[in-house]
Amino acid sequence: MIAWTKPAAAVLLLTLAACAQPAPPVTQSAVVDPYASAGGGALYQGQLVGGTLGAEATPEYFNNTVGNTVLFAANQTALTAEARAILARQAQWLNTHTNFNAVVQGHAEETGTREYNLALGARRASAVQEYLIAQGVGSDRVRTLSFGKERPREVCSDEGCYAKNRRAVTVVSPAGAGS
Amino acid sequence: MLRTLTVTLSMALAAALPALPVLAQDGPLKIEITDGVTEPMAIAIPPFHGDAAVAQKIRGVVAADLTGTGLFREIAANAATAPGSFGEAIAYEDWRAVSAQALVSAEVTQAGDAISVKFRLYDVYAGQAQGDGMQFDARAGDWRRAAHKIADQIYARLTGEQPYFDSRVAFVQETGPKDARIKRIGVMDYDGQNILWMTDSASLVLAPQFSRDGRRLVYTSFDSGFPQIRVMEVATVTSRAMTQDANSMAFSPRFSPDGRWIAYSREQGGNTDIWLMDAASGAQRPLVQSPAIDTAPSFSPDGQRIVFESDRSGSPQLYVVGVGGGEPARISFGDGRYGSPAWSPKGDLIAFAKQVDERFHIATMRTDGSAEKTLTESFLDESPTWAPNGRVVMFTRVTPGGNGQPRLHSVDITGRNMRPLSLDFAASDPSWGPLMP
Repeated sequence: MIAWTKPAAAVLLLTLAACAQPAPPVTQSAVVDPYASAGGGALYQGQLVGGTLGAEATPEYFNNTVGNTVLFAANQTALTAEARAILARQAQWLNTHTNFNAVVQGHAEETGTREYNLALGARRASAVQEYLIAQGVGSDRVRTLSFGKERPREVCSDEGCYAKNRRAVTVVSPAGAGS
Repeated sequence: MLRTLTVTLSMALAAALPALPVLAQDGPLKIEITDGVTEPMAIAIPPFHGDAAVAQKIRGVVAADLTGTGLFREIAANAATAPGSFGEAIAYEDWRAVSAQALVSAEVTQAGDAISVKFRLYDVYAGQAQGDGMQFDARAGDWRRAAHKIADQIYARLTGEQPYFDSRVAFVQETGPKDARIKRIGVMDYDGQNILWMTDSASLVLAPQFSRDGRRLVYTSFDSGFPQIRVMEVATVTSRAMTQDANSMAFSPRFSPDGRWIAYSREQGGNTDIWLMDAASGAQRPLVQSPAIDTAPSFSPDGQRIVFESDRSGSPQLYVVGVGGGEPARISFGDGRYGSPAWSPKGDLIAFAKQVDERFHIATMRTDGSAEKTLTESFLDESPTWAPNGRVVMFTRVTPGGNGQPRLHSVDITGRNMRPLSLDFAASDPSWGPLMP
């Protein structure tokens, strides 16, 4: 199935506008399998399980264009309106690219004890997981993990960095690729 | 891995030095460790006698142990006439004249790989030996332990407290940039020497905790990709996974005093509760369950109660629950956020980290929450651990900023003598093991 839905098109247009990247190719013909033995290639024999071909079906696209990170207020685990908008896009991408699974990594800022921040990060990851599942993503496709305060994105010790470190990051990878 | 260290009371030594009559009217020389201002006791530690090359190194460690407590100050060894040989009469008058209160005399001999250290402690004002002479026999490579044993004897005799110098501390070494920190578990002498590495740097590891016998460590490892609990046999440096459920994070483990149980945090569906695990079979059961975050359990020394951190009231506070279950009782009621509680091995106090406004403190309270006492203040202090005698707390102090680093510090429970541990790398999450036999 090759999806070419309106929202996906909108996302693509966004990509063009924002990054001026070349338009992802939309291949509708049979796919040539370069690894087949027949000279000149052969018709792809496998089954494409959902998912467009091309740049949209990559973790890079998910990370950079869909948006892999949502932020939280200090000591909070509730999703903001902005976070929900990002997660709606994540859910849409995951619902389109069903050959990808996701691990949601919860994080906390450096203030607070190590143990509490691990639990807080787990809460944040779980809030994201629940939202994605509510948006139709299969519960067996989304796992959670907390790094607590062990993996800050920004290293300074003021609110400017803390605000970016109180986050949940959705990491997508092809199903069956481990983790 | 624990090398044997034989400790023998030297009867011959005691016989050679007949006890002098007791002269002091007010009992033996003693430091009272109280909250009041204490003038450090002046102690003379003249060069050790004997032909062993390591003799003066041992003397240095004994002096460093004692003065490192803040309870002793060292009198210059040449301030008065030291005894010319071990067992020679002490020139008490000379030492009194320079205000020495105690004097240590020792002799170190070596035969091949074996060293033998004899020492005596003298009460200068009373003009008599304080306690028996003792001899410690050890392998040459264990000279630091022999020194700690002597310092422990002196500390115990002069304070009336249990000693703690011959003990080890597990910790996490931190290297690399702040956003990609590499962590490794190590075990060292309490003073930062004789480091043994327990893990490589391949996977993230957190917060090792010693069993009370010092033979095992329980810790959190991300080696499966998800935080799970592992137990390490220190002697063989072999570890095994105690939990392996990828749908349930497990972290913040601690042994019960008898080593049979591990209390830990278990996360399911985003909610973190406190569970107990049989350390032998791995069988698990919930202890504290609530919709709130319940984490950081620590056993009382009798193994009957657990103090932990919970935000069920809206902010993190400390609670106590019996190991049989029941309704936890809140014990912290001050301003701020409380966490990382550690029950003292003496049973009288609980140490914890506390965040008030933007500052962190290490503090103690009685086990009912009364008599809260703040020991430290900084940008970020956490993970307190108790010396085996319950008199000193070691903790992690983190400096702020992109180049911020954790360092281990220790502080007396009176709040005095705050000092960094001498390590040439960044480290966090200390766990102070038992006094070694």
